[in-house]
Amino acid sequence: MSYAFQANGLVKRFGKTTALAGVELAARPGTVLGVLGPNGAGKTTAVRILATLLRPDAGTAEVCGLDVVRDAAKVRELIGLTGQYASVDEDLTATENLVLIGRLLDMRKAEAQARAAELLERFELTDDAGRRVSTYSGGMRRRLDLAASMIGRPAVIYLDEPTTGLDPGRREEAWRLIRSMTDGGGAVLLTTQYLEEADALADEITVIDHGTVIASGTPAELKRIAGGQTISVRPRDPGRLAEVAVILHAVSGREVESRRDMVSVPVGGDGDGAFTEAVRRLDAAGIGVTELSLRLPSLDEVFFTLTGRHTEEVAA
Amino acid sequence: MSSDVILESGIGVRGAERPRRRYRLVRHSLLLAGRSLTKTRRSPGVLSDALFMPIIFLLLFVYLFGGAVSGSTHAYLQYVFPGVLVMTMLLAGMLATGLSINTDIKKGVFDRFRSLPIGRSAPLVGLVLGDVIRYVVAAVVLFATGYLMGFRVQTDVPSALAAAGLATALGFAMGWINVLIGVLIREEVVVQTVAFLGIFPLAFGTNMVVPTDTMPGWLQAWVKVNPVSDAVDAARGLLVGGPVAHPAAMTLLWSAGFLAVFAPLAVSAYRRRS
Repeated sequence: MSYAFQANGLVKRFGKTTALAGVELAARPGTVLGVLGPNGAGKTTAVRILATLLRPDAGTAEVCGLDVVRDAAKVRELIGLTGQYASVDEDLTATENLVLIGRLLDMRKAEAQARAAELLERFELTDDAGRRVSTYSGGMRRRLDLAASMIGRPAVIYLDEPTTGLDPGRREEAWRLIRSMTDGGGAVLLTTQYLEEADALADEITVIDHGTVIASGTPAELKRIAGGQTISVRPRDPGRLAEVAVILHAVSGREVESRRDMVSVPVGGDGDGAFTEAVRRLDAAGIGVTELSLRLPSLDEVFFTLTGRHTEEVAA
Repeated sequence: MSSDVILESGIGVRGAERPRRRYRLVRHSLLLAGRSLTKTRRSPGVLSDALFMPIIFLLLFVYLFGGAVSGSTHAYLQYVFPGVLVMTMLLAGMLATGLSINTDIKKGVFDRFRSLPIGRSAPLVGLVLGDVIRYVVAAVVLFATGYLMGFRVQTDVPSALAAAGLATALGFAMGWINVLIGVLIREEVVVQTVAFLGIFPLAFGTNMVVPTDTMPGWLQAWVKVNPVSDAVDAARGLLVGGPVAHPAAMTLLWSAGFLAVFAPLAVSAYRRRS
């Protein structure tokens, strides 16, 4: 089976600004494609083209083999969109929002109501289904927004920065729900500014910058390119920073970086083994810590590795 | 062809599962009009302009100009009421509709609508239809206030309904100008300003408040071509007597013209808006 959606050589200009300068994106049914990039990289423009909201200036995009420009009407039957800004109606209840979309998708009233109830249950909103969305918390609104894009059992779902503005707890919860969105065999295109999020959700990641693809591959491949993970340690007693630096250097064999009261070191490939070893040695040396983490490189670090520039410069 | 392939992979596809139902544009527009009505019911405050505007206009015009123009407020009420009816209907829809469209587009709800397999015009038509409630509220309040103040329809009920209908037709048609403004302009405040600036010469540059022959020549020229004057003449004829056929026909023609020009423009601007 071929791709659920596919974009080739997408170009889009707004006046003098080139938002997309030839972007390739594709995902197979049942998989999640993460599109990673800083603000202004062209992520939203690509989503809007694939969702038939914008026409590309050049290049083609297809959803289930149908062209998003020529067969826009048919493509709309196959897609679900959750935009960057909450695309639900605040003055309506959750049920009313979902039933309205179901009925606009030509479901019979009873069918739309049943589908709405099913999704509200799945997205854990049943207890608040009769409340106006304006009374919802940010996390609940996001969940409703995700549910709304699934009403018509779409073959392709677009989620444009679905966790922006959510606190970490809510983000985990949204991730869990997003992971389940491909269960029916649909493909998901997810844009994000966080490598961590793409890593947690995507089967494949495409990194875009200035409207062009600068890297693509599985999360593991990308992390390898970006220089693996980083161990950071903040000792309780700043006086023991030097000892920490020695331990981290011994564990990873790489140059350590000390910044104020914290020591960091990159670990190649799979960092789990090195991390465990570092924890053991810190413990053996009796060094108390206030922070100890193994983290993925940030988008900024990935960018720096790939382009030699920081994301702030990209956005400027 | 491709939908068969998709079905084999076990993905439910809307188009293939669900047979096409008929009258889709009408049904979708009505569904969206229902949404708009629900919103209005939830926050009836948005109707307050439609509620108070007619009362304020009637009181203001009758007691402010009545003595000067007609010698008595009672006689003037008979003269000015049909004009206030037309102006109220123009303002009732025009001021609110462009604004609600602008807000909707900004909030991202319209993005979702635009990604659905519904007619491109359905969301706009839905909003405009949903606003018809404003005309009804405004007309009822206006007639009630007029009656309390002493206005009496000199003809009959069907004629009075026809007068309200004509005024609504023109208001509805000209409302599309505002829909266009609401789609084109990004700032809410600017939408309101532009709407006001556009409406005032149309709504007040008429024979509504004072007879045309009291005006300077250039203004008479404007008043004579202003379609709102035709509507005022027609309403006057239908409510207190006088010629009806010509002004009524002109009003309908103008309404059809506004609708034919501005509704497609608004829909195409909405389609292109990114």
